[in-house]
Amino acid sequence: MARKQQAELINGGSGDSSGGRGAPTSFLEVRDLKIHFPTDDGLVKSVDGLNFQLERGRTLGIVGESGSGKSVTSLGILGLHNRRNAKVSGEIWLDGTELVGASAGRVRRLRGQKMAMIFQDPLSSMHPFYTVGSQIIEAYRVHNDVSKQVARKHAIDMLGRVGIPKPDKRVDDYPHQFSGGMRQRAMIAMALSCDPELLIADEPTTALDVTVQAQILDLLRDLQQEFNSAIIMITHDLGVVAELSDDILVMYAGRCAEYGPVDDTFHRPLHPYTWGLLGSMPRLDRERSERLMPIKGTPPSLINVPRGCAFNPRCAYGDLNGDKSTTERPELLELEPGHKAACHLPLEKRREIWDSEIRPKL
Amino acid sequence: MVAFIVRRLLGAVGLLLIISAVTYAIFFLVPRAAGVTSDDIAGRFAGKQPDAATLAAIKDRFGLDDPIPVQYGKYIKSIVAGDTYDTGTEKIDCPAPCLGYSFRTNQSVTDQIVDRVPVTMMIALGAAVLWVLAGVSIGVLSALRRGTLFDRVAMGVALAGVSLPVFFTGLLSLAFVVHRWNLLPEVNYTGLGDNPFNLLLPWVCLAFLYAAMYARLTRAGMLETMNEDFIRTARAKGLPEKTVVVKHGLRATLTPIMTVFGLDIGLLLGGAIITERTFSIPGLGQLALDGVNQSDLPVVLGATLTAALFIVLANLVVDILYGVVDPRVRHS
Repeated sequence: MARKQQAELINGGSGDSSGGRGAPTSFLEVRDLKIHFPTDDGLVKSVDGLNFQLERGRTLGIVGESGSGKSVTSLGILGLHNRRNAKVSGEIWLDGTELVGASAGRVRRLRGQKMAMIFQDPLSSMHPFYTVGSQIIEAYRVHNDVSKQVARKHAIDMLGRVGIPKPDKRVDDYPHQFSGGMRQRAMIAMALSCDPELLIADEPTTALDVTVQAQILDLLRDLQQEFNSAIIMITHDLGVVAELSDDILVMYAGRCAEYGPVDDTFHRPLHPYTWGLLGSMPRLDRERSERLMPIKGTPPSLINVPRGCAFNPRCAYGDLNGDKSTTERPELLELEPGHKAACHLPLEKRREIWDSEIRPKL
Repeated sequence: MVAFIVRRLLGAVGLLLIISAVTYAIFFLVPRAAGVTSDDIAGRFAGKQPDAATLAAIKDRFGLDDPIPVQYGKYIKSIVAGDTYDTGTEKIDCPAPCLGYSFRTNQSVTDQIVDRVPVTMMIALGAAVLWVLAGVSIGVLSALRRGTLFDRVAMGVALAGVSLPVFFTGLLSLAFVVHRWNLLPEVNYTGLGDNPFNLLLPWVCLAFLYAAMYARLTRAGMLETMNEDFIRTARAKGLPEKTVVVKHGLRATLTPIMTVFGLDIGLLLGGAIITERTFSIPGLGQLALDGVNQSDLPVVLGATLTAALFIVLANLVVDILYGVVDPRVRHS
C-alpha cells in the first residue's frame, strides 16, 4: 500500500501531462486540484482542476457564489476532507511539502501550526463547553511542548494582540459570553496561536455587522504584516477582496473562471461571470433608481455540470460563440501578464463589451 | 446556584405532596367508592374471623373511620413527625418517616423499605455501570464506523436488545447459564452483606436492555455532533483524532445522554420490578408487587412514594449536573 502510493508519487512526477512538475518555487502552489464526492446521485465534482500560487506576505481572494467550491478548496488544503467520502487528487505544495499524497498524520501536524483556518460562524465553530482560553491553549499545546501555565500566558497574549480588552479575565470566559466580533477575534487568536505561515479565512466577516467587519479586516491586515503570513480570503463579498487581496481567483462550478492581480481583475475583468459579480454588488455611490444587475439563473449542479462552458446557460453573451459554448470547455488562458480567464469570446469582443456595456452601468 | 438548588428542593417537596395525595386517593378512596368498608380494611389487618371488638380497636388505632382528608393529614404528619399507636395494651412508637404498618405482616413499612432499597440499588447501579460502559462505547464506535459491518451488527444486536424484555433474557440465561451449563450459581442476594457478584446475571440481563438503547442514543448523538462546526475547528487545530472524538465529540454528546440516564436510574431505583421478579430478588419492586397482590395498602403506598422520591431526586440531580456540564445553562 505504502509502496504503491510512493510509486504513484514518483511516477506522477513524469507521467502526468499537465506539466510544470517537481517542487515549486512558490510558498503555496495548488496544481490541478480535484475534489470529488461520490454520492448516491452521482459524482459531485466540487473542485475540478484548480491551479494557483501564493507567496508569503500576499493575500489571495477566492470569490464565487455558494457552491462554487471555495470552501471545499480551503478544507482540501488543510486536509480536512474525510478520505472515505472525498476523492482528492492533484498536488498541493506548501513550502516544499506535497500535502495530497502525504500521510494523514503528517498533514495533521502541519494543521494548526503551519497552516490555520478562521471559520465563518465563530459561535458554532467554537466548542460551547470549553472556555475560550482553554481552546486556544489546546491549539498551542498540541504543537508546542510547553506547560499549561506557559500556554495560558501565550493565550492571554494572543487575546490581547487581537484586541480583546482585559484578556487575563476574558481568557476564562466561554464562547457564548463573548459578542460576535469578540468571538471572531478569539477565533483569529486561536488560529494564529502557532504563528501559521498560511492563514485561510473562510468568510471571516460574513456573520458580523459592518463596523466589526472593518475592524476584523484591519486586524487581519496588521497581523499579516507582523507575521508575514500568506492569507487566502474566501468570500463572496467583492468589497472585502478589493480591500485586502493582492490576487483574486474567481471560481465557478469548481473551476477557475478568472484569475489575476486584483487591480486588473476589477478594472478590466475578462470573464462574463466576473462582470455579473461586479454588477450584483450594491454601491453607495449609485443612484437608487438604478437596479442591480443580478446574474440570472442559479449555480449549476455539480453532478451534471453543463457541457462546454459551465457558465453558458447563464451567460448573456454565450450565443455570440455559436455552438462552441455548449460543446467545448474554454481553456484558462493568460491574456495579460498574470491575468487569466476561461472564456470563448474573442478577447477584443470582451474588451468592447466591458467598455461599452458593463462598466458604464456599474 | 444555591438559590437554584433550594428552589428546586422546595419544588420537589411540593411535587411529592401532590404525588402522595393522588396515590392516597387512588389506594384509599377508590376502594371505598367501590364499596369496601372500613370494616373490610380492618379485617385484612386483623386476620381470619375477628370479633367486633378487635375490629373496633384496629379501626380506632389507625383512625379508619375518620374522614379521608383527616386520614391523609395524619399520614403526612406521621411521615414528617412520626406517630405513636396505642393498641390498648402497649404504645408502639413509629419514628419519622413513618409510613404505617403492613396490613399483612404488621411490620413497619419504613423498615421494610429501608431493608429493600440497598438491594434494588445494587441491582440498578451494577447494571448501570455495565450499560453505560457498553452502550456508550459501542455507540461511539458505531458512529465512527457508520455503514461498516461492525455498525450493522452492533445496531442489529441493539435492536434485538431493545426488543427483548428481561423476563425473556433472564429466564433464558437462568435456564442455560445456571441450570444447564452450571456456569454460575443460583442468583441469591438478600442484602448488602451478600456477595454482590451473585447479581452478575441480573446485571447483565438488565444492562443488555439498556445498553442497546444507549448504544442507539449515543450513535445518533455522535453522528450529529461529529458534523458540528466545532469538530471541524478541533481538527483544523491539528488535534489527534482521538482527542477530537473523545474530548470534543463525546463530551457534547454525553449531555443529553446524562439526562436520560438520570431518569432511567431514578426509575430503576424505585424498583427493578421485572428483574427482581424474574430472579426472585427481594428488592423494592418485589415489595410493591407483593403489596399489590395482597391488597396491602400501606406497603403499596410506601413503595410508590419511595419510587416517586427517587425519580424526583434523580431529576433534581440531572438539573444540577446540567449546569455543571453545560456552561451555557450555568450562566443563564
